[in-house]
Amino acid sequence: MSTSETERRSRIPLPITASEREQQVLDRIDKARKRRAKVKEERVTLSHGAGGKATQTLIEAVFLDAFRNPLLEPLEDAAEFTTAGTSLAFTTDSYVVSPLFFPGGDIGDLAINGTVNDLAVSGAKPLYLSAGFILEEGFPIEDLSRIVESMKAAAAVADVQVVTGDTKVVQRGKADGCYINTAGVGVVEHPGRLGVAKAEPGDAILVSGPIGDHGVTIMLARGELDIEADLESDTAAVHGMVAGLLAAVPGVRAMRDATRGGVATILNEIAKAADVAVVVDEKAVPVRAEVRGASELLGIDPLYVASEGRIVVVVDGADAQDALAALRAHPLGTGAAIVGRVADDPPGLVLLNTAFGGTRIVDLLVGDPLPRIC
Amino acid sequence: MRFVDEFRDADKARALSAKITSLCEPGRQYKFMEVCGGHTHTIYKHGLEDYLPESVTLVHGPGCPVCVIPMGRIDDAIHIARRPGVLMTSFGDMMRVPGSGGNFFDSNAEGTNIRMVYSPLDSLKIARQNPDLRVVFMAIGFETTTPSTAMTVLRAAREGIGNFSVFGNHVTIIPAIKAILDSPDLRLDGFIGPGHVSTVIGCRPYEFIARDYGKPVVVAGFEPLDILQSIYLLMVQLAENRSEVENQYSRVVPWDGNVVALKAINEVMELRPYFEWRGLGFISHSAMAVREKYAEFDAERIFEIPGVRVADPKACQCGEVLKGVLKPWECKVFGTACTPETPIGTCMVSPEGACAAYYNFGRFSRKRVREASRHEHVGN
Amino acid sequence: MCLGIPGEIIEISEDHPDLAKVAVSGVKRTINIGLLDDDPPVPGDWILIHVGFALSKIDEAEAKASMDFLESIGKAYEDELAALRESRIE
Repeated sequence: MSTSETERRSRIPLPITASEREQQVLDRIDKARKRRAKVKEERVTLSHGAGGKATQTLIEAVFLDAFRNPLLEPLEDAAEFTTAGTSLAFTTDSYVVSPLFFPGGDIGDLAINGTVNDLAVSGAKPLYLSAGFILEEGFPIEDLSRIVESMKAAAAVADVQVVTGDTKVVQRGKADGCYINTAGVGVVEHPGRLGVAKAEPGDAILVSGPIGDHGVTIMLARGELDIEADLESDTAAVHGMVAGLLAAVPGVRAMRDATRGGVATILNEIAKAADVAVVVDEKAVPVRAEVRGASELLGIDPLYVASEGRIVVVVDGADAQDALAALRAHPLGTGAAIVGRVADDPPGLVLLNTAFGGTRIVDLLVGDPLPRIC
Repeated sequence: MRFVDEFRDADKARALSAKITSLCEPGRQYKFMEVCGGHTHTIYKHGLEDYLPESVTLVHGPGCPVCVIPMGRIDDAIHIARRPGVLMTSFGDMMRVPGSGGNFFDSNAEGTNIRMVYSPLDSLKIARQNPDLRVVFMAIGFETTTPSTAMTVLRAAREGIGNFSVFGNHVTIIPAIKAILDSPDLRLDGFIGPGHVSTVIGCRPYEFIARDYGKPVVVAGFEPLDILQSIYLLMVQLAENRSEVENQYSRVVPWDGNVVALKAINEVMELRPYFEWRGLGFISHSAMAVREKYAEFDAERIFEIPGVRVADPKACQCGEVLKGVLKPWECKVFGTACTPETPIGTCMVSPEGACAAYYNFGRFSRKRVREASRHEHVGN
Repeated sequence: MCLGIPGEIIEISEDHPDLAKVAVSGVKRTINIGLLDDDPPVPGDWILIHVGFALSKIDEAEAKASMDFLESIGKAYEDELAALRESRIE
């Protein structure tokens, strides 16, 4: 055989098995997902606000692209920086929940607790908050006072002060009554210690309590679903629980506040940032019976439903029991559980060992979990 | 949760799995089609395929009523939603299905008022509470859901609600199964029958499959043990050379179906002469329209819809996936151009479409995962 | 099409006998039981819920039969495993 014939033959691909073909497709998808994000829509849709893939794409393609700087890039719950010899954490969040008042709290509680929590999980002692209000023309002042009273009480519990603010009023029909933005600043005792990119194979993953209470409460509180349940929002300031955890386990690798997008979103963020696999045990994930019942009725998965007072913690596997004990020692963490671990393969994926005994992945949703009939 | 948790028991799954494996003839491949999108969803959500031996494969069928709605009908729905004073209501499943100009969320971004409801009764309630709005309910689903729409129309008629109508897209399951059976590209050994459709139509309608095509059918429930048990029953039939219709879901499915439900459907609706199914083409007598008698509740009579036929994008291979000819990952655009974020076809956008189910739940190398778990310390 | 959840009838509405309150894992919702007109359910019955309607009554005897069958397979499997373990040739 001539050399050119040998060459030609060596270029003809050998027949491959179905599973090799499938693996090729999976690899192709992995590569496509790693490519730079691009927003394909012309207009903003509700999906962009849900905390899932659409939100991430919007953030990366529009905001990160424009503001790009090293402090923003980690896209953690707060930005950490050192100035004049002190390490600070700085964060912001906007609150647009509807209805404004719901079982377990109101938009005021969320506005304080949410920002306090973002600082706490970044390893900072929360100190000062700003509060910007956008009010709808015609909004009852009595409701505004109620909200502000909630904020006062929440701030006292969290040991923070609202030191600056702003008020704007917009025409009737906008702002759904009241929108609030809070920004917060706190002092970081051990800079650079925490971050989801630090997760390593062998680490354990914990949640501080039953998931999805807030999201389901809100869904039901909107009144459209005609479902009654004995549920309330889990909104709470977690700074105390976090402090207890960090004192007991100084080697905590990362903490995240489980808000919109739910626990599933955080697990995916860990897997992606650290390029590891996250393996979760479905049976170990705490979910209240009512949250489960409502979710089954609607066809949504509690893993994607927001909480407002629960954290996800990543620790060295050896510290898992100590971390669990530290969380459970705090009133907010009595329902804490070890739900999974970090593995090295397949990187970037979140795997769920189902209660049934099978395995599946837990990917990011595109937008909000939608009730389904099918 | 009663009647749910006991049917998710892992120990019983292991036992059934062993039984199924023991029934496999050496060298033989077994292919069963689960018709219903709900089954596809369960299979992936619980990782049921991990319990099946290599020689048993499941093929996903066209029983996804969201997947089979042609893009043109979405456009029609959006067209109605754009009429002045219209509040369109829809199940969550439909909100992200793309028409030729975008989905319902995109449409809302441009100013329409399309709201999610959990039940057609919720839609009627909205009509009652908003007499100045024209409330339209986008009705989709197989026979499982059709009776609910029919009952809602009857209720609207009883109460004299003048601002409520239905945009009917209900389809029927038997023509879809026939299309599969008559498809030359597919060799199936049996069917996992749709459990909830059968609560309405009963089990008799499937008898022709066993009798005329010689394929066993087991009507299955939706918990993972239900499906696993149904596969076991199919394997037993094959081993015993039988082809019959069996009802695994007997705790819920009456053999004769639900007569009240069938009567309600028949009172309010009639079969369309033909209907376009995305991926399967035009099928005669396969979908329902509102009868003349209830014309005031028929959105198609009230609003003039463009009714333009929109061809699938050339790249879309949904039709072959719906027929079970292609596995999701065998579609050329799967995962790259067509993802849940940027769906080209409805197999990807419906939560129980085969492609979405595989992408969201099954997209990992089982071999690697098995190897990885062998080396892991079981820490928990 | 397929999402049907088992729920327990808590009470039938007095003014609207085709409406009933059901409970699913502690969560309650009012649903329409008009499709079960032939044999209306009573409090304590379990029914299958789909888009706000009861589609069918859950036959507890059949459910038990299903479970018994699965238990027997499970037991047979356990017995076989036990026998296998015990039959190790020394």
